[in-house]
Amino acid sequence: MSNVNAVRSQAPAETPARPAEALLPPVDVVEDAAGITLFADLPGVSREKLGVHIEGDTLTIEGEISLSSPEGLESTHTEVGLAVYRRVFTLSKELDPERIAAEFNQGVLKLRIPKVEHAQPRRIEIRVA
Amino acid sequence: MFYRSLFPRDVLAELERFQRGMQQSGDVSPSIRGTGRGGYPAMNVGSTPRSVEIYAFAPGLDPASLDVQLDKGVLTIAGERPSVLPPKDAPATVHIDERFYGRFRRVVTLPDDVDPNAVSARYTDGVLHVSVPRRAAAQARRINVV
Repeated sequence: MSNVNAVRSQAPAETPARPAEALLPPVDVVEDAAGITLFADLPGVSREKLGVHIEGDTLTIEGEISLSSPEGLESTHTEVGLAVYRRVFTLSKELDPERIAAEFNQGVLKLRIPKVEHAQPRRIEIRVA
Repeated sequence: MFYRSLFPRDVLAELERFQRGMQQSGDVSPSIRGTGRGGYPAMNVGSTPRSVEIYAFAPGLDPASLDVQLDKGVLTIAGERPSVLPPKDAPATVHIDERFYGRFRRVVTLPDDVDPNAVSARYTDGVLHVSVPRRAAAQARRINVV
């Protein structure tokens, strides 16, 4: 649980150079009344090589694949041709990145981003006069 | 849809993914078992003079549920990945569903000189690594010319 480097910085992002080519991890995003849950597939990434960063309203998920391969390994068939995953999302203001929770287990990242209290839905009573 | 706009996609990344897909479909002589590319799990295969190494990128599985079989020089990796998506009647909205769910089976033909009795398989960080040694007799030897 939350053994992930969750970094929050208020500094405005400088105009970033075009980042190096990276794999785009597949994700599932599910929203319920209390927040958003994101699942991302990052196989081959260890906890130490996973980074979840929030900067302003930008959520970045990054990871580096580290496989134990024997010496002199020659690749004969490659479907995963890059060693870096990266995916960026823009959060909306009703989400509370301060209370983000992360789990990482066997290459699957689960992020829970709760909504700020006042943004949670309330039933509005309609009174008949 | 209103909620989709909370998560604008990275258009450049989407284009890159599309481009990669196009390159992969240009494979002119696919295997008789189909190219299998883009299937789950993604696979890398490599070899050394002493072994054949297979990496299956299969995140989020219980290693006990993985079925790895080697029969007549054909390695089969099968299993099932349960869904994390909420049931249809749940009060939740699925905005993106790209991850694979369900049963899967992938097959790799191994070279003739592997030793089926000495296979080892490990599941680490969501990657299944199968190592199949080559038979000692098949390993390259230096022949001295006298």
